[in-house]
Amino acid sequence: MNRNKEKSNEWEKRARVKTISLAIWTVLWVISVALAAFGHELFWGSNELINVLVILLNFGIGIGMIMANIKHLREMDEMLQKVHLEAMGISLGLAVVGGISYSMLDATNVIPFDAEISGVIVLIGLSYFISLLINLRRYK
Amino acid sequence: MKNRLKVLRAERDWTQADLASALDVSRQTVNAIETGKYDPSLPLAFSIARLFDRQIEEIFDDEE
Repeated sequence: MNRNKEKSNEWEKRARVKTISLAIWTVLWVISVALAAFGHELFWGSNELINVLVILLNFGIGIGMIMANIKHLREMDEMLQKVHLEAMGISLGLAVVGGISYSMLDATNVIPFDAEISGVIVLIGLSYFISLLINLRRYK
Repeated sequence: MKNRLKVLRAERDWTQADLASALDVSRQTVNAIETGKYDPSLPLAFSIARLFDRQIEEIFDDEE
């Protein structure tokens, strides 16, 4: 069993490294979003070149975050992968269905404000989190 | 699916964490298999069988 414990520690260590990596990429991406959204107002004004470079940087970091998420998912065992993939499927479905409904509410002027993409992102985040909690509870 | 995982683990005086390490899965997964809430994949079922030196059907019972 000692060899197994060492193996377990190794496995947990690998999973922890992937989780920390994903957290770092996510924080970097959020910072780059803030920079791309507010940088031109606060720092460099309407300099188009800087705007394009910052948006490209944001896109590049976003790709890095996606890759980190895939590696994080692959490090999980089969049950945890199933739990996360189901939660992702639900949040993707809700994003498409909810996003289209939200957009139509705006197009038909049922809501007195513009349908912003941030609303859909909040929906994705919340639905993923809630689905994950429900799925984890199901297998507890 | 019913299984004898908990009994086999107890016979060896292993904790769920010990078994999880031996199988390279999380402790939650071992718990979910033991309680019949999660059915392992074929490769994981083979790993379990190898670890306990049994046939798969000696550990897992697919009858409800």
